[in-house]
Amino acid sequence: MRSVVHIEREYSYFFLLPATLVFGVLFLVPVLLSFFFAFTRWTLTEWNLVGWDNFITFFSEPSLNIGFRNTLIYAVFTSGLKVILGFLLGAFLCGPLRTRDYLRSIIFFPTILSTIAVGITFSTLMHPSKGLINGVLQLIGIPGPDWLGNPHLALFSVILVDVWKGVGMATVIYIAGINAIPKDYYEALMIDGGSSFHKVWYITLPLSRPAMNSVILLSFIGGLRSFDLIWTMTKGGPGFATDLIASIIYKQYSGGFYGLATAGNVILFILIAILVVPLNRFLIKSEVAL
Amino acid sequence: MKHFRSNSKKSLLSLGELIALLLVTLVFGVPLLFVFFQAGKTGPEAALQQFVPPRHPQYLTNLQEVLRTSDYMMVRAFINSTVLTVFSVLFLIVISSMAGFVMERRSHRPVVSAFHFVILSGLMVPPSVITTIWILKALHLYRTLPGLILVEIALGLPFSVLLYRAFLVTIPRELDEASFIDGCKGSTLFWKIIFPLLQPVSTTILILSGVTIFNDFVNPLYFLPGAENATIQLTLYNFISRYNTQWHLLFANVLLISIPPLVLFIFFNKRIVEGMVAGSIKG
Repeated sequence: MRSVVHIEREYSYFFLLPATLVFGVLFLVPVLLSFFFAFTRWTLTEWNLVGWDNFITFFSEPSLNIGFRNTLIYAVFTSGLKVILGFLLGAFLCGPLRTRDYLRSIIFFPTILSTIAVGITFSTLMHPSKGLINGVLQLIGIPGPDWLGNPHLALFSVILVDVWKGVGMATVIYIAGINAIPKDYYEALMIDGGSSFHKVWYITLPLSRPAMNSVILLSFIGGLRSFDLIWTMTKGGPGFATDLIASIIYKQYSGGFYGLATAGNVILFILIAILVVPLNRFLIKSEVAL
Repeated sequence: MKHFRSNSKKSLLSLGELIALLLVTLVFGVPLLFVFFQAGKTGPEAALQQFVPPRHPQYLTNLQEVLRTSDYMMVRAFINSTVLTVFSVLFLIVISSMAGFVMERRSHRPVVSAFHFVILSGLMVPPSVITTIWILKALHLYRTLPGLILVEIALGLPFSVLLYRAFLVTIPRELDEASFIDGCKGSTLFWKIIFPLLQPVSTTILILSGVTIFNDFVNPLYFLPGAENATIQLTLYNFISRYNTQWHLLFANVLLISIPPLVLFIFFNKRIVEGMVAGSIKG
């Protein structure tokens, strides 16, 4: 038999070449370049360095500033709701159910729909006077609010739609995690006379931690980067009430402020790094401590 | 486990199941059914936005009208979206399985660790769109389908490399060694023996990336602007402002663009969960 070193040589580094080329040229290099162009006034053909001007503009203008608060609210609430609802649905759907396949399918189905299509549908359903949601509320005597027109409410309305669309993915991840839990644990608890609640609370919840961590990270990062749903449903309005960092970047880009938009991207990059790296470390640590 | 459960508990469970069934159907089913109803109505009927089936269903008429709009723009957009999705997914599967293979087999080497770190950071780091446009312009690929395809591949790589790498751990190295003894070269080993074994992951990537890329709105918006080469998602977006009041056409359009993901879903629904169990979660 050939030596280990010889075998290793059969796994040619050339196999990494296509991935390196595409990822390097169209992802890595642009990200690195953005740290330069963020400090410029830029027309795509010419640039001149303006120092920290773009960042100062971003942090001093209220219309740009609001994006931070909204992005944080959006990410925390969408991922929080997906973690909780995904777990409840996942634990429930791992039980002995006759309609399990139907329930799994219908909960997962929205995740494969186009975000734009979902946004349009819910904008219609949330119409203050004609919409189905307020129509139902009216039947039971509650005057429904203007879901997307009220600046205090609009962000949360979009958050709910995001959860409606994305909770299926969280549920599937939980199902995969819960199915990996050895059955002996449940049987041991049964023999000790534990109830269904005990099963979920003492076994399913702690032992599906790896799945929970995946859901937290995926949905939190997704929430921080979110753009398309907000853009379809509110365009950042009313006023700037629902602007996220990503939608502000797009607005600056279509206004021709390329340097400013790139600075926005760098800010989003830093925000994600500051929040997600410690979060990831914390989640891994608490998983090991279990 | 079944014999542990008593009869009284079984009926209690059915009640819970009934409530869940009602709730889930209401929350997830009603919006979907609403779209389906709206898409078959006449213009004035749809404008009322009531949750009732169309009185005289005219699905074919509405769908034909949607397709005819703006000189068959929808048809061109459908072709663009299909080309975009098929080529992106195809290259994504080939490129990332190759990379995942070498990364898993050649572990603990500086090159691999560096590559691993960089590509995994791609899961977290937001892509920098405008500098990407700048580079695509320099390569004369801006506003072209090949340019957008390359961007979709670059964005999809981290997740699919991760899946392939995790799955490859389960394929024993003895298989490689046996092949080498039989005189196999590294590349033959991969294409003839390993790649076919990766089929569960490839299917997962086919479905998830296929649906993501077909449904993508943000990247076509940035990298492929303009009506003449719009993708499906952008066409829908143009419809919102143009057909503000023609609700029946808008929803017929929504229905139309939901059909391809629906077909994928019907055929591969079970595979999605299986693929995720096989790869991502345990890895």
